[in-house]
Amino acid sequence: MDAVLLARLQFALTVGFHFIFPPLSIGLAWLLVIIEALGWKRNDDSYIMLGNFFGKILGLIFAMGVATGIVMEFQFGTNWSEYSKFVGDIFGAPLAAEGIFAFFLESTFLGLYIFGRNKVSKGVHWFSILMVALGSTISAFWILVANSWQQTPAGYVIRNGRAELVDFWAAVFNPSTLPRFFHTFAASLICGGFLVMGISAYLIIKNKQIDAAKKSFKLALIFSLIVSLLQVFPIGHEHGRQVARTQPEKFAAIQGLYTTQSGAPIAIFAIPFSKPPELKAKIEIPGLLSWLAFGDINAEIKGINEFPEDEIPPLFLTFVSYHNMVLLGIYFIFITAIGTYFLWKKKIWDKRKLLKIYVWSIPLPVLASELGWIAAEVGRQPWIVYKLLKTQDAVSITVSANEILFSIILFAIIYLLLFSLFIYVLVNKVKHGPEPINS
Amino acid sequence: MIDLNTIWFILISVLIIGYAILDGFDLGVGILHLFTKEESEKRININAIGPVWDGNEVWLLTAGGALFAAFPLVYATVFSAFYLALMLLLTALILRAVSFEFRGKIMSVSYKKLWDYLFGFGSLFISLLLTIAFGNILKGIPLNENKLYEGTFLSLLNPYAIAVGLTGTVLFIMHGAIYMTMKTNGLHQQRMIKWATASWMAFVILYFISTLLTFFYANFLFENLTKNMLFWIFFILLLASILYIPVGLKNQKYFLTFISSSLLITSVIALSAISLFPKLVPSSINLDYSLTAYNSSSSQYTLKTMLIIASIGMPVVIAYTIFIYKVFKGKVIISKDSY
Repeated sequence: MDAVLLARLQFALTVGFHFIFPPLSIGLAWLLVIIEALGWKRNDDSYIMLGNFFGKILGLIFAMGVATGIVMEFQFGTNWSEYSKFVGDIFGAPLAAEGIFAFFLESTFLGLYIFGRNKVSKGVHWFSILMVALGSTISAFWILVANSWQQTPAGYVIRNGRAELVDFWAAVFNPSTLPRFFHTFAASLICGGFLVMGISAYLIIKNKQIDAAKKSFKLALIFSLIVSLLQVFPIGHEHGRQVARTQPEKFAAIQGLYTTQSGAPIAIFAIPFSKPPELKAKIEIPGLLSWLAFGDINAEIKGINEFPEDEIPPLFLTFVSYHNMVLLGIYFIFITAIGTYFLWKKKIWDKRKLLKIYVWSIPLPVLASELGWIAAEVGRQPWIVYKLLKTQDAVSITVSANEILFSIILFAIIYLLLFSLFIYVLVNKVKHGPEPINS
Repeated sequence: MIDLNTIWFILISVLIIGYAILDGFDLGVGILHLFTKEESEKRININAIGPVWDGNEVWLLTAGGALFAAFPLVYATVFSAFYLALMLLLTALILRAVSFEFRGKIMSVSYKKLWDYLFGFGSLFISLLLTIAFGNILKGIPLNENKLYEGTFLSLLNPYAIAVGLTGTVLFIMHGAIYMTMKTNGLHQQRMIKWATASWMAFVILYFISTLLTFFYANFLFENLTKNMLFWIFFILLLASILYIPVGLKNQKYFLTFISSSLLITSVIALSAISLFPKLVPSSINLDYSLTAYNSSSSQYTLKTMLIIASIGMPVVIAYTIFIYKVFKGKVIISKDSY
């Protein structure tokens, strides 16, 4: 196999696996900020018990995120050294800023949060989880700055055969940074919300620490409903409008718009084919895409046919991942709205089947995040930096295909082992349930 | 006035020193873990570094990020040159990082033993890989006129790099043992004092051998060295900290001994950096092909921007790191919150 494909496979494997964990820890950390604040202010032991319980789960998820994240910091240099030489003047800065402003903060205060409950005052202890949540969010911000710059480069000139920074703030707040950050941040909150909601539902079904579990369930349910609604509108909507303006090829690919048209429809369901580009078995709403993207049902949107053949992204993967992500997003609103309705009617605790659905829904927001990531990154192809550098020209010259094959196999084995163990330990912790406070 | 390239050369060195001092002791404790027999002492090892190892490792990540930002050509060239070595390093870092969480979670003796080995050998392996890589950088790696690496994985395992690797690893073991003298009592503490003393002796001998070997393998490192004021400052600091360590251990001044061993690490790395400057990666084919702070740096604008970021961020980082170490100072007491 050729080295470029292998390097891409390895990057997809390592980032895709890593990306399971940070959204969960960001979302869970913010929920713990609320849970710990309630425990502290109301002096309520059940919140402290929940804090201990979910705090340990955060520790586990966080460790997985740290362990798999180290790879990312090295991989640009090991596998993408031509890329690193080309963008280092710009791309290194957000990574270093992430280290200085975020990694230190979250890692240092996580130790204090998990091991320091009886060593510092309640206020300082709450402050430590706040710093973990803030640190992990700032970390997401800087890494998304770096990623967004690849999608919509700004604040640079091409000089000395590389991209050089001329305006730091223009590069940081390039056209896609904020829409992408809010979209990913909201996705992370949903991941954390569904995790707490699902685990609490499990505790309720199994009758373990039921009073406390009801409190965390209610909190996570309402939290998830609000964020899921905001995620679709305005956050997701704004991100879509931005992509339509800044990366029309990607927009056409994810929407399945293969010929330029005014009054472009939204495809609710279809099976995409690439050669020639065609949607089969499609169900569409006419004019809606034009209206959503440009506020006018007659607006013209460029289709795939407008772009040179060697500058369009893969059509099948982008369409399918994007549409399934949207489908899941709608599911999150639906399932949390039903729960909230039964909570309001005070019938939720008797709906055993619904509670079971929440347990099984735990991985779905993570899946939606992964699908969104696939749509965003595959949609950027064939560019590694949009319109500036192609992926095929970015790999390390001195690394052979065999070396990459070796490392892919190595990572695949370790990640498989880690993931099985992670699930096993997580399930064990959840089954064990919260430990009562002996006071 | 010193220029931005020099400042960043110094800052990268400082990050590497910070990493070596902080992760140095927890890697050392990890290696000593291999020689710990009692389960109660094993738990003390793990909990002595449990709350802090993660923050310590961030120094490595930040050094990597800063290298990428300030000297992208070095980051790209060295990381792709050391490809297989780095992939093995990453594997070890991953397994060691999760071993803290996974070790205590299942009550089975053989399962615990597995994670004890992964933690211990992971620490040993990481120490060796990083210090051997350091030795290769000191000696220079085969870079051609296009700044591309011409060596192989096996050419990294040369006698000089291995000597530097052993020296550095022994230094980490000593540093870890001295750290543990502050965290333990009784017999456990006595054992740590013995380890610290033995590895101190091993370090002194190995450092002497490595320095001798440098005359043969990387003579260019000594050019103009004795005319440099900084060289003499760190050389005296090196001698003073080496001499104090056995004295401090004998007088039970464990904290001062730890400071002393941190200063020893500082001077060892500072002396290497001073002899390298302005080279970051010498080329063993022709010194003119070396990567330097000037021919492989980012633009002046990026260096300036990054300097502002570092001057805002790092003082805050150092402040709360000291705060956390103060919270967790003193002997390790195992409670239900422990690993």
